[in-house]
Amino acid sequence: MRLIHWLAVIPFIGMLIGPVLHNRVHPLLLGMPFPLGWISIWVVLTALIMALVYVLDPRNREE
Amino acid sequence: MSALILIALAALIALGLGLAARRGYDMGLEEWTVAGRSFGWIFVFLLLAGEIYTTFTFLGASGFSYGLGAPAYYIIAYGSLAYVIAYFLLPPVWSYAREHHLVSQPDFLVHKYDSPALGVLVVVVDIVALVPYLVLQLTGLGIIVAAASYGAVSEDAAIWIGAAIVTVYIMVSGIRGSAWTAVVKDVLILAVVVFLGLYLPIHLYGGIGAMFEKIAVAKPGFLVFPAKGTSVSWFVSTVLLTALGFFMWPHGFAAAFSARDARVFRRNAIMLPIYQLILLFVFFVGFAAVLSVPGLKGAATNLALFKLATAQFPPLVVGIIGAAGVFTALVPGSLIAMTAATLISRNLYGAARRDADPQQIVTLAKWLVPVVMLVAVYFTVTGSSTIVALLLVGYSFVTQLFPAVVASLCRVNPVTRAGAFAGILVGVVVAAVLTFTHASLGGMLPFLPQTLKDLNVGIVALAANVVALFAVSAVTR
Repeated sequence: MRLIHWLAVIPFIGMLIGPVLHNRVHPLLLGMPFPLGWISIWVVLTALIMALVYVLDPRNREE
Repeated sequence: MSALILIALAALIALGLGLAARRGYDMGLEEWTVAGRSFGWIFVFLLLAGEIYTTFTFLGASGFSYGLGAPAYYIIAYGSLAYVIAYFLLPPVWSYAREHHLVSQPDFLVHKYDSPALGVLVVVVDIVALVPYLVLQLTGLGIIVAAASYGAVSEDAAIWIGAAIVTVYIMVSGIRGSAWTAVVKDVLILAVVVFLGLYLPIHLYGGIGAMFEKIAVAKPGFLVFPAKGTSVSWFVSTVLLTALGFFMWPHGFAAAFSARDARVFRRNAIMLPIYQLILLFVFFVGFAAVLSVPGLKGAATNLALFKLATAQFPPLVVGIIGAAGVFTALVPGSLIAMTAATLISRNLYGAARRDADPQQIVTLAKWLVPVVMLVAVYFTVTGSSTIVALLLVGYSFVTQLFPAVVASLCRVNPVTRAGAFAGILVGVVVAAVLTFTHASLGGMLPFLPQTLKDLNVGIVALAANVVALFAVSAVTR
């Protein structure tokens, strides 16, 4: 594991912590109940974080 | 009538594309099973995404949110995290598979642990998980076609026709048949699901936020995790467990072998999470049905989407929804049938007859496709309750392969052949016992605080697996 790969831990923490800390309907996020809105936002953030990992990962510049 | 024509058209297109996919390729073993390891990121994307867009998307996810509410949220979370794991897991698996000409998931463990017997165990675990999954697709197909044709085609007739189409194009084209039909499937389902998920809440409630506000008032607690049972700690533990198990499904694992290079997976780790969001729209349909077609119970919740659609739309639109539904059953069904046939031929027959050449293996595998299909059709039309029970264990069964697979990727494998065997066996037995006795952590250990009681009981099976894995490895080193 290179240092940069540890970034991949962030989606796990981010995705799961929302419903743990705030399991309520309100405030609605993007029109959705809070836990669902939180998860949806973190799906997008997961993709962005993995894009960053992809760009910084030297293995993807080989071949 | 227009609905029926559209559904028939979908079936014909699937068959035509599935057969055309063969053109220009000689279907030897590596070509038939893993397309000669030539797929770029789009085909691999569609095959890996196939797991999300099965009939489950249509019936299960909408029925889940309709029937249970918040616990359904976990489906979006675990898929995205599974792709993060895939970024690290699949490239080394793929490289090893290419180097050793592997074509199935048991192949991988057989080679890593130098043990055809381990392969036999893995085949048994895989088949027990795969056949009910195939039955689920066929059952879903029957429900979709019967609902979308307004009863003109019976469930049984739809199941027989669907199974026949899949059998023919998989025998002829192998994984290329699945990949080509997957293109149509995903385009269709994307269009249908996004349309339904936006149109229904806006048309029926005046918007997505307005819909959720109304549900929150009418059914307090429905949109958040309950305090007990499928609570927040259930959510966290289930997401983690299912994310680990996601790529242990043998058809997904082997589909990864079809990639052209390892970068394909790393790039897909960016795109695939976003694709999960399409499930949001399926949830919106399920939630829209909560107040619009109330009162569905048990298995009937799976009809929530179609009940709402037939009430709201003309037959033409219902037909398009049905056509998309047909593809969601046929594509995963084809991949599962091909995988099951390959496992039996390569890792059971192949283990018994070491001198069998690849040509014999692939010929046998092709002829096992109709056999697998007939078994699945039998269970589907007889509505066997055993199969329903097995479906529950399927996911926890394949998850038991995770520790042995990950250990084998270490530079020096800490696990021995006997350790891998013991870990998988113990994990599977514990998982089966827990499922069939409806055990929960709270039931076994009533003194625990509620947060720990609600943890997914699958953790127990996985823990037993890891303990056996290392204990037996320590003894047999």
